[in-house]
Amino acid sequence: MDYRIEVENLNVYFDELQVLKDVSLKISKNMVTALIGPSGCGKSTFIRTLNRMNDLIDTFRMNGTVLLDGGDIYNPKVDVVDLRKKVGMVFQKPNPFPKSIFDNVAYGLQVHGISDKDVLTEKVEESLKAAALWEEVKNKLDKSALGLSGGQQQRLCIARTIAVEPEVILMDEPCSALDPISTTKIEDLIHKLKKDYTIIIVTHNMQQATRVSKHTAFFLHGEIVESGSTDKIFIEPSDKRTEDYITGRFG
Amino acid sequence: MSRKTDEFLIEKGLFITALSSIIIIALIIIFIFVEGLPALQSVGVFNFIFGMDWSPSDGQFGVFPMIIGSLAITGLSLLMAIPLGIFCAIFLSEIAPTSVRKILKPTIQTLAGIPSVVYGFFGLIILVPFMRTQFGGTGFSMLTASIILTVMILPIIVSVSEDALRSVPPEYKEASMALGATHWQTIKNVIFPAAIPGVITSVILGMGRAIGETLAIIMVAGNVVQIPTSILDPVRALTSNIAIEMGYATGLHYNALFATGIVLIVMIIILLVIANYLHYKKKVTIGGGYL
Ligand SMILES: Nc1ncnc2c1ncn2[C@@H]1O[C@H](COP(=O)(O)OP(=O)(O)OP(=O)(O)O)[C@@H](O)[C@H]1O
Ligand SMILES: [Mg+2]
Repeated sequence: MDYRIEVENLNVYFDELQVLKDVSLKISKNMVTALIGPSGCGKSTFIRTLNRMNDLIDTFRMNGTVLLDGGDIYNPKVDVVDLRKKVGMVFQKPNPFPKSIFDNVAYGLQVHGISDKDVLTEKVEESLKAAALWEEVKNKLDKSALGLSGGQQQRLCIARTIAVEPEVILMDEPCSALDPISTTKIEDLIHKLKKDYTIIIVTHNMQQATRVSKHTAFFLHGEIVESGSTDKIFIEPSDKRTEDYITGRFG
Repeated sequence: MSRKTDEFLIEKGLFITALSSIIIIALIIIFIFVEGLPALQSVGVFNFIFGMDWSPSDGQFGVFPMIIGSLAITGLSLLMAIPLGIFCAIFLSEIAPTSVRKILKPTIQTLAGIPSVVYGFFGLIILVPFMRTQFGGTGFSMLTASIILTVMILPIIVSVSEDALRSVPPEYKEASMALGATHWQTIKNVIFPAAIPGVITSVILGMGRAIGETLAIIMVAGNVVQIPTSILDPVRALTSNIAIEMGYATGLHYNALFATGIVLIVMIIILLVIANYLHYKKKVTIGGGYL
């Protein structure tokens, strides 16, 4: 089995508060892994550790190892900019820049030094197509991205993320602000993307986890209670707490 | 009393308060126009605005050198204060640790409240002699005045711009960093552009203060009525003209000072209209805008 990400004995603290306790998880290549668990259990903190977004928070401290393709991403020699290019992120609330649709997608390429207009145009089109948004926006690429619907904005954010050709895409509740139709579109998109990308998705929606993911990890109070194949976790969980959570008895 | 009469009284009370302040301002403006118009009529509007000579004893009333003086001092100080202020605001909002910002921000806001005579006095005692030894001449100059003005408007530009930068939603910063942009790329391409409307507001406020400033400028600008040929030449601003001569002016001269006031008001209105238009345009182009 080929693992893209291997997390071992990860502990995360914000000041004195320990948010993740001894978390270990292996994430396979080109597959969707769902993270589930009640609010405040540390799912966002966990995925933000994978692209070092927590570094932006002053009080963040961690120990343990996080390996991406075998290399420790917290090694002081690692270039965070490179890492974030390889590990893209889609946020809970669609957050396109207050720029045109084109500029939103081109931005990531530009900050990585691509300025050739033809290359940008081609890449933008390719990414918007991959994010299943091209048909809806191809005639208004120069219009503000803020004029799009929430679901379109979220697909734009996905397009923006895949434009820089990451290997891993982290999605933190990408559908929680969307209506069912937009949600279906994003889920279809995840199915389409999974053969090229390793995707980790946080979701509060159990059906969504079963629909999109092959593997699932269940977080509770900063620990992983159980992880493994989604089918197994939802059909015959081995831990009582997992069963209680997925059947809605607490959370 | 019933809730309804309460509401009624509060609404009417607010209305009357607002109305009275508007009436007071209107009365002042009417007064200035009434006092100034005789001068404009007797000299002619064109001659008054574009006349190069100001010698009240000879009946010469041309304020053009002072229009240029006001614009030049204001322009030069904005030229220095805008970049300085913006970098300072970026430092405060993005780079300085919270503890440093908590001390610096109130300090800067306090600087904005220091009376202009204090700045003028500082300029007279410290800056003028310094300029004299550095560049020769008297030390009283357009540059000296602009430096003092820069110091005076910097706090406004810094603090309003900083508010604008900090009100940019953190989601934008996160999105940019998550794409692998560096902190500086994020500031330059995402945070700052989103804050531009607020930065323009800060510049408008700074400009308003600069062009209306009188006392500090009188103390360091030299007040010679001439179109400056170098930034080291002494100049007189429109505001200074009124303040310097008001004490002894009579007759047409007295009216001409009010006419100077009219010119100043019209100039400020034109500048504000331009600035607000830019502000509005930026708001539209970024599709939203903050502040
Ligand atoms: N910047 C921070 N500073 C201090 N504590 C934080 C910070 N961010 C998160 N926490 C704490 O860490 C814990 C885990 O938060 P996290 O956001 O990872 O939970 P989550 O599982 O994503 O929850 P949700 O499902 O509601 O998004 C919470 O107790 C939260 O209060
Ligand atoms: Mg979360």
